[in-house]
Amino acid sequence: MPEAIPRVVIQTQNFDLQAEIAALRGQDARVGAVCSFIGTVRDRNDGSVVEAMELEHYPGMTEKAIEAMIDEAHRRFDILGARVIHRVGPLAVADQIMMVAVTSTHRGESFQACEFLMDYLKTQAPFWKKERTPEGARWVDARVADDAALARWGIAASNA
Amino acid sequence: MTRKIQLRYFASVREALGTGGEPLSTGADTLAQLRDELIARGGAYAQALARGRAVRMALDQEMSGEDAVLREGCEVAFFPPVTGG
Repeated sequence: MPEAIPRVVIQTQNFDLQAEIAALRGQDARVGAVCSFIGTVRDRNDGSVVEAMELEHYPGMTEKAIEAMIDEAHRRFDILGARVIHRVGPLAVADQIMMVAVTSTHRGESFQACEFLMDYLKTQAPFWKKERTPEGARWVDARVADDAALARWGIAASNA
Repeated sequence: MTRKIQLRYFASVREALGTGGEPLSTGADTLAQLRDELIARGGAYAQALARGRAVRMALDQEMSGEDAVLREGCEVAFFPPVTGG
């Protein structure tokens, strides 16, 4: 079994994907596949230049919500482990925002679980992005496409 | 019956109301009734929580619909659609 590392971490500081994956894999020799995703700050959104970003969350609920998502991923897919690290606070363009990493014996399950976790997180985890643009600061709008992405997994979302 | 609850506001709702939360004694039984009670305050509350506006709610830190029933000492949060990831 992998060492008991936290599955969900909310932090202001940056993260190192390689180190986080090493911690997730631990000494688990059953792992034959690792799939990961990193979200980063783009320099454009909704037709405007983005200069910087600020991320807010709901402490307590955020961790619980993502823990529940990882539990659901374990029920749906034959995976060995999963972790999510999400940053909050001020972020600059090109900064890493968050990562999800999943391990499994074969690649298919970790590919699927990684996408499932992202689709779930996008519409169900209480984070909010505020962008700084030349026209002023604005809260980022939720996307209907993200609700549709979660619906593919048979889960109804009405976030956007 | 009156319940003591804790309100939390986040993101654009927090900014519009000028506070991150408040304790409240309420006669509301459901989230829908609570939202109506806050809207009835008028001003920024009426605007930020207006019907037809995309407002999401959590009861004791779980995403909840308007028919969710309040409990003594519960925590209720109002916020806009989430945009993490």
